[in-house]
Amino acid sequence: MAYKWDFGLVLSYANFWLKGLGVTLAYSVGTVLGGLIIGVVLGMLLLSRRKWVTLPIHFYVELFRCTPLLVQIVWFYYALPIVLSVELPAWLAAGLGLTLYMGAFATEIFRGGIISIDKGQWQASRALGMTNGEMMRHIILPQAIKRMVPPFVNQSIIQLKNTSLLYVVAVPDLMYTGSIVVSDTFRPLEVYTSVAAMYFAILYPLTLWAKRMEAKVDQ
Amino acid sequence: MTNNDVMVRVEGLRKSYGTVEAVRGVSLDVHRGQVVVVIGPSGCGKSTFLRCVNLLETPSAGTLQVGDRTIDFNAAHTMPRGRDLARFRARIGMVFQQFDLFPHMTALGNVMSGPMIVKKMREQEAEAIARNLLAKVGLTDFTARFPRELSGGQQQRVAIARAMAMEPELMLFDEVTSALDPELVGEVLDVMKELALEGTTMIVVTHEMAFARDVADHVVVMDAGQVVEQGPATEVLLQPKNARTVSFLARFHSTIGDRKS
Repeated sequence: MAYKWDFGLVLSYANFWLKGLGVTLAYSVGTVLGGLIIGVVLGMLLLSRRKWVTLPIHFYVELFRCTPLLVQIVWFYYALPIVLSVELPAWLAAGLGLTLYMGAFATEIFRGGIISIDKGQWQASRALGMTNGEMMRHIILPQAIKRMVPPFVNQSIIQLKNTSLLYVVAVPDLMYTGSIVVSDTFRPLEVYTSVAAMYFAILYPLTLWAKRMEAKVDQ
Repeated sequence: MTNNDVMVRVEGLRKSYGTVEAVRGVSLDVHRGQVVVVIGPSGCGKSTFLRCVNLLETPSAGTLQVGDRTIDFNAAHTMPRGRDLARFRARIGMVFQQFDLFPHMTALGNVMSGPMIVKKMREQEAEAIARNLLAKVGLTDFTARFPRELSGGQQQRVAIARAMAMEPELMLFDEVTSALDPELVGEVLDVMKELALEGTTMIVVTHEMAFARDVADHVVVMDAGQVVEQGPATEVLLQPKNARTVSFLARFHSTIGDRKS
C-alpha cells in the first residue's frame, strides 16, 4: 500500500504554525535565561563552605536532575496548586517547571566551570591582594565562562527540545499545535514530519555553532 | 640592629592539617633589606611556612608581625579578614613554583593586574610601571605575548615583575626555579640577585645552594617542621653544626664548594 504524502494541507495552517513556533521559542529563551540566573546565583553559593547554604542547593539540583521533566511539569500543574492552595495557570506551571529544571543543570555547569580553574590562579590572585570579588570578576570568571559556554549551549539545545513537553498541559507550542492540526486534517504523518523538520531547522545550526565554540575553547 | 629594622618577626608559628603538623613552632626575624634563604629536605614544611607569612595558609598558633601589623593566631580576632586580609597580602609579593600567570592576559596585562585591580591605578600609570619592570627582567620584546607563548623562565620573570608591580615591602619566593629546565634557571636567579642587590627584603625557599651561598644574608635550615639551624650563609652552609644540616648539605657539597670569584 503506497501512502500518498500531502504536505499542502498541513502547510496551509501557516499562521498556526508560526504561533506555535513563537511559543516554543519564547519558552526556550525565557526558561534558559531564567535557568541561567538561577545557575549563576546558586552556582556561586555552592562555593560556600557553609553546609546550611550548600546542602539545600544540592538537594534542589539533584531533585530536578533525577526526576523526569514530564513528571515535574505535570506535578507543578496538578499537584502544586493543591499543596499551595493557589491555582496556577498552565503556562506558568509549565514555565516554572522548565525554568527550575534548566536552573538545576545550569547550577552544576556554573559550579563546575569555576572549580575547574587551577588552584594556582586563586592563590596568585590572593597573593596580589585581590578581594574575593576582584578575583572572581577579573581572574576566575573570565576564564571559567569560556569553559561554561559549550555545556550551557548544549543544555539550552536540549531545553528547546524539552519545551515540546508543554503540550501535556495544553500550552500551544509547536508540538501542541501539531496535535491540533492532526485533529483537523487527519494527517499525522505529514504533521509530525513537519514538526520534526521545524525543530531540526532551529537546532541543527545551533549545534554547529556549539561545536565551533567548543573547538575554540579547546585551543 | 634595632627593633625598627625588623620587617618580619615570626614567633612560635605552627600550622597543622588535621593531625599532621607541618610547621612546628618556627621563630624567625627578617630585617629590612635582608635576604633570608630557607632550605631543607622536601616536605620539611618550608613552603607551608612561607605561605603562612602572607596568610595563604592560616597558621594554627604563634604570632606573625609584618611591618607594623601583628597577628596573634591564638586570638582569632587579630586575624585579618575580607578586605583587611587582601590589604595585608598586597604589601607582600609572592612568586610560585608553577608561575601561575593569568593565561587570559598578556605579559603586560599580568604585570598591570595588581596595580589596576587592587590599587585601582589608572591604566596609563600602571602600564608605565609594568613596561619598566618587564624591561628590568629583560622582557621588553615580550610584553604582548600571552603566557602560553613564553618559556618557563620568561613566565617566571613575568611573575616576578607582576609581584614587584605592587611595590611590596617583602618578597616571598617559593621554589621558583624547581619547575624550570636547568638551562632556564640562571635567568631567573639573575633577576632575583638583582632585586637582592637593590635592597629588596626577601624570604627565599629554594634548593639552589649556590644562590643561597652567594646572595643570602641569613640561612635557615628546616627539618620536620622545625628550624634546626640558622645563621649567616657562609657559617651555616660551610660549617654546619647540626647533624641534620650536615647530612642534608652533603648532597650539595660540590655546588657550595664551587665558589665563584
